[in-house]
Amino acid sequence: MPGKVHIHTLINNQPTDFLCEPRQSLLECLRDTLNLTGTKEGCNDGNCGACTVLMDGRPVTSCLVLGVEAQDAAITTIEGVAKGNTLHPLQQSFLENAALQCGICTPGFILAAKALLDQEPDPSEERIRFYLANNLCRCTGYDKIIRAVQDAAARMREEARA
Amino acid sequence: MKWFDYAAPKTMAEATGLLAGGGSAHLLAGGTDLIVQLRTGRKLADVVVDVKKIPELNEIRLNSGGLTLGASVPCYRIYGDKDVRRAYPALAEVANLIGGTQIQGRASIGGNLCNAAPSADAIPLLIAMSARCRVAGPGGTREIAVEDFCVAPGKNCLAPGELLVSISIPAPKPGSGAHYLRFIPRNEMDIAVAGVGAWVEMSNGTIRSARVALASVAPTPLFVREAGEFLAGREANEDNLRQAGEMARVLAKPITDMRGPAEYRRQLCAVLTRRALEAAVAQAKGTN
Amino acid sequence: MSTQYSVIGTRPVRHDGADKVTGRAIYGADFQMAGLLHGVILRSPHAHARILSIDTSKAKAYPGVQAVVTADDFPEAPDKMVDLGEGETPLSHIRGNVLAKGKALYRGHAVAAVAAASLHDAEEAVKLIDVQYEVLPCALTAPDAMKDGAPILHESMRTKELGQKTDRVSNVAEHFRHVLGDIGAGFAEAEAVVEREFNTSTVHQGYIEPHAATALWNNDGRVLVWCSTQGSFVVRDATACVLDIPVSQVKVTPTEIGGGFGGKIPVYLEPVAAILSKQTGRPVKIVMTRRDVFEGTGPTPGCYMKVKIGARKDGTITAAQAYLAFEAGAYPGAMVGPAGMTVFAAYDIPNVTIDGYDVVVNKPSTAAYRAPGAPNAAFATETLIDELAEKLGMDPIDFRLKNAAKEGTRRADGPKFRKIGCVEVLQAMKAHPHYSAPLGGPNRGRGVAIGFWFNVGLQSSCTIAVNTDGHVNLVEGSTDIGGTRTSIAMQAAEVLGIPVEQVQPVVEDTDAVGYTAVTGGSRTTFATGWAAYEAAQDVVRQMKERAAKLWAIEPAAVQAERGVFSSNGHSITFKDLATKLATTGGPVVGRATVNPRGVGGSFAGCIADVEVDPETGKTTVLRFTSVQDAGRAIHPSYVEGQMQGGSVQGIGWALNEEYWMNPQGTMVNSSLLDYRMPTALDLPMIETKIVEVPNPGHPFGVRGVGEANIVPPLAGLANAIYHAIGVRMNRLPMNPPAILQALWDKK
Ligand SMILES: Cc1cc2nc3c(=O)[nH]c(=O)nc-3n(C[C@H](O)[C@H](O)[C@H](O)COP(=O)(O)OP(=O)(O)OC[C@H]3O[C@@H](n4cnc5c(N)ncnc54)[C@H](O)[C@@H]3O)c2cc1C
Ligand code: FES
Ligand code: FES
Repeated sequence: MPGKVHIHTLINNQPTDFLCEPRQSLLECLRDTLNLTGTKEGCNDGNCGACTVLMDGRPVTSCLVLGVEAQDAAITTIEGVAKGNTLHPLQQSFLENAALQCGICTPGFILAAKALLDQEPDPSEERIRFYLANNLCRCTGYDKIIRAVQDAAARMREEARA
Repeated sequence: MKWFDYAAPKTMAEATGLLAGGGSAHLLAGGTDLIVQLRTGRKLADVVVDVKKIPELNEIRLNSGGLTLGASVPCYRIYGDKDVRRAYPALAEVANLIGGTQIQGRASIGGNLCNAAPSADAIPLLIAMSARCRVAGPGGTREIAVEDFCVAPGKNCLAPGELLVSISIPAPKPGSGAHYLRFIPRNEMDIAVAGVGAWVEMSNGTIRSARVALASVAPTPLFVREAGEFLAGREANEDNLRQAGEMARVLAKPITDMRGPAEYRRQLCAVLTRRALEAAVAQAKGTN
Repeated sequence: MSTQYSVIGTRPVRHDGADKVTGRAIYGADFQMAGLLHGVILRSPHAHARILSIDTSKAKAYPGVQAVVTADDFPEAPDKMVDLGEGETPLSHIRGNVLAKGKALYRGHAVAAVAAASLHDAEEAVKLIDVQYEVLPCALTAPDAMKDGAPILHESMRTKELGQKTDRVSNVAEHFRHVLGDIGAGFAEAEAVVEREFNTSTVHQGYIEPHAATALWNNDGRVLVWCSTQGSFVVRDATACVLDIPVSQVKVTPTEIGGGFGGKIPVYLEPVAAILSKQTGRPVKIVMTRRDVFEGTGPTPGCYMKVKIGARKDGTITAAQAYLAFEAGAYPGAMVGPAGMTVFAAYDIPNVTIDGYDVVVNKPSTAAYRAPGAPNAAFATETLIDELAEKLGMDPIDFRLKNAAKEGTRRADGPKFRKIGCVEVLQAMKAHPHYSAPLGGPNRGRGVAIGFWFNVGLQSSCTIAVNTDGHVNLVEGSTDIGGTRTSIAMQAAEVLGIPVEQVQPVVEDTDAVGYTAVTGGSRTTFATGWAAYEAAQDVVRQMKERAAKLWAIEPAAVQAERGVFSSNGHSITFKDLATKLATTGGPVVGRATVNPRGVGGSFAGCIADVEVDPETGKTTVLRFTSVQDAGRAIHPSYVEGQMQGGSVQGIGWALNEEYWMNPQGTMVNSSLLDYRMPTALDLPMIETKIVEVPNPGHPFGVRGVGEANIVPPLAGLANAIYHAIGVRMNRLPMNPPAILQALWDKK
């Protein structure tokens, strides 16, 4: 059996090297090799969005990315969203709006929503719903998630103005 | 998953060399079909060849001759491109409809085509827009119409060692419009129960020519030439569009499966064809 | 909101929040340990088959494989009845579902398992296990399984008929009947009668986190388990039973849990991981795939129902009759019992007969799902109620109000209601602006429905230790699926008179906390909250003693009010008193255990607006309002969250979700793509109206709120569809082809 492949990436702004088998998904590499278990697995086939990470700024389902494809890529996982001890506005507004119940979907939602708000500071409700349709939540019925994203967007616009 | 090797060639020559290398090689674009298929054992690979680093497969080129879309360009780049959005709004919409945001961050139109699923959303639109495939292989390159590309569920016409380089779509004619409409029970993240790609070219309120193709109602995406021929030279009124829909209903060859009964799918063909044509006509009139 | 409380009714940020938004919280599959092996389970490809032989030799020889096990690796133990907190079950059924013995009873039934260092190797090796099956015909629906000559799942099972054991061999595990009054006379009195048949499909809870468990058979003989479960003590007791070891030999540490809705009560993986660990001496982790979850865990039953209701012209319901045949899946225990308890519970009906059939079929063994059985039943009742209201020319809410159950109403299954909020829920629905808002377009309709869930009490334990800084540590055993740590801590904080941020709640393992039943039955905020209330009272009592000691007076002379202890002239805050514990007798730990009886049932209602595309049959939910009696909303955001989540699960169940089975008994749509749970784009905001009719059986008036909200939407949407396009849907899901077919049939 051939050997593992050496991969060099930037994960949460930290140069990170790891070894992986070509058949391993990026999700497996993050969780099992790098112990970044904040990225969740709900389906392993691209449908639930729990495994969402940002790859060069784009949200992708890491279960449908091979670990070897991360070579030279910049990856953001949920562990890299807060700035030190300060929660990201999305994290804060998810908490204050009770946008999580079990919380398994939360990392994926926060990353997808972050990608949206990084590009579009004031999305409509419809736009948020459309953008987040690749993320399933079974607990909340989405209502409080949508409100949390709207609330975070307002906070981020406020911060940007300041 | 069984072990496989991984290669990411940077040139066409390297890629065709790898394909000629023997063993089972599978090309990887966005992987949103391929990785799932490898995982469930529907496909087995000795080597996975990542084509995203080959420049020809990764470019969007728009000029007076039309659009050349590299086979592995992911959907988000298509709808993120202002010029493409303006010239080919229906293509941008289809790219924005495959999967969801995350899937679109990876999935390519080339992959959608090569995967040759009867339900693939991009293919009927490509057929309706008279798109052509550029294919490279050991014997050089060739061109082929999209409607001739898929041969069976999950099977395309590529010979061993060949790969899809790009898809070209003719420059939009004045007075033309295109639209793709699919039916899914959810509003996103779903596989078409039926889908219709429609293209029309109008002059003075009459349809000069039209093309209609269907998704999910035959073993391959289905080009309904007859519907276009019927419409050519006729007024774009409700009656005629409805009749074109009825032709789609009759010519579709759906099966009953978990996504819907055959009769229901025929009904959808009729409704969606009419609606897609209406939208294409409206767009054509808007550009008149 | 009532001002009598300072913590209850507020909306604090949850204690486990920061961990859950930063990815630090450890869920079932996140658990890591040195030397971990990965387990993979082989599942039956057939819905019904005799297992002739299992040859594991090739799998054992696969590189990297450490162990392969089958049901034969479980200890031989005689069958017995065991009670895991929800009634008696034969051990052979629990065990047989964990690993099939002799026969595979459904597609996806676990047959064998492999452990290897690499998950990929384990996956490959499991394919090399050679199982010889004799494929048997299968029975997939209750009516089919009840037919004479139907394939029999359990040759040794005997039908229980109206409480009596019989010697009849059939797939009917039990037939029960509830009778109230005389339906013959009741229907004779009726001037309008409606009767219809209903069918619902199997649906899944759909939690996003697949089941995951790790077990280590330690060198001292103890079995250590880390898993995502709704009940760590259930896992402990079930694992011990299956492995035939004493319960204290098993320690279960619950991880965070990514949703359950009732589906994470049964054990599937833990005993298998344990025997794999026993054979290898290493910890073994097993994580289900999504397909495993669909095929191999417990969905909620599909059913066949025939229901009849009659009323007088003045709108008084005189009689109701229900025939309920529910699919248990492979082992008895369809949720037909609760269906029978709830089917007419919302109404005061003098003459009722309810027949329930618990029928085994070749589908996964069903489990609880949010008010299990009640949504199916209410789908039937509430669409008939709508039809009757129309026949009688009455407003559907007025018709319900006229017949609504109240304090003192007797249910057909026996109990009399104590104080309940059925009327108040209906009044709130009627008063809601949604109910009178214009619909604004063709092919639109509005439907209403209500539903009941009785909730459960069961045992809980809690301790509270006071820290010297005046904060307290609260130890409890209810795994937290939706913020219950906080709603429990809030009840303690209210008693102690301190801010909830000064209560640190932790969910502990089965060695560290007293017995606590499952997070389910809407019981956690109610019962574990009550335990916290009692434990906090215990703290207050002890703190009064300390204050008394300081002031050299009798403890009885000390008053405690909002965190201040006082006695004429003396006064000290909870915080200051906490600094003096060492000098007044040592640490203070309050403790309590409860097994409460005063469970208060919860009523919920919904108002749904839909638009139906008459050309495609597609339903769009335009507006949705959920109304529910919470008794007392401890944390209103979490109550709203339960209402919204339950409503949306109901919407999914109503419109698209189903196990699409082929005739061979294979679920064809076993992925999240094809199972079609609602996405954010499929829904409007879900409006909520919390009604508070305090439960006299709880110190703060709490009723559980986790479940009743999923009961109304199925019928609510069916009624809305009817009012939009004029067809009565009596089969779930009401998906686009079904609606179009109904329109075609009407023409
Ligand atoms: C969650 C989810 C939702 C989806 N929703 C939709 C949907 O709404 N509509 C829809 O149509 N599809 C959908 N799909 C399917 C899939 O995303 C699309 O078909 C997508 O366009 C495939 O593109 P890709 O780049 O990911 O292809 P890949 O998976 O990379 O490749 C697909 C196939 O084409 C072959 N291939 C790739 N590039 C070439 C090449 N240059 N030459 C020759 N062969 C090549 C591969 O070997 C493979 O067999 C969905 C998939 C998922 C996982
Ligand atoms: S785990 Fe990747 S999308 Fe579900
Ligand atoms: S909070 Fe549980 S899945 Fe979203």
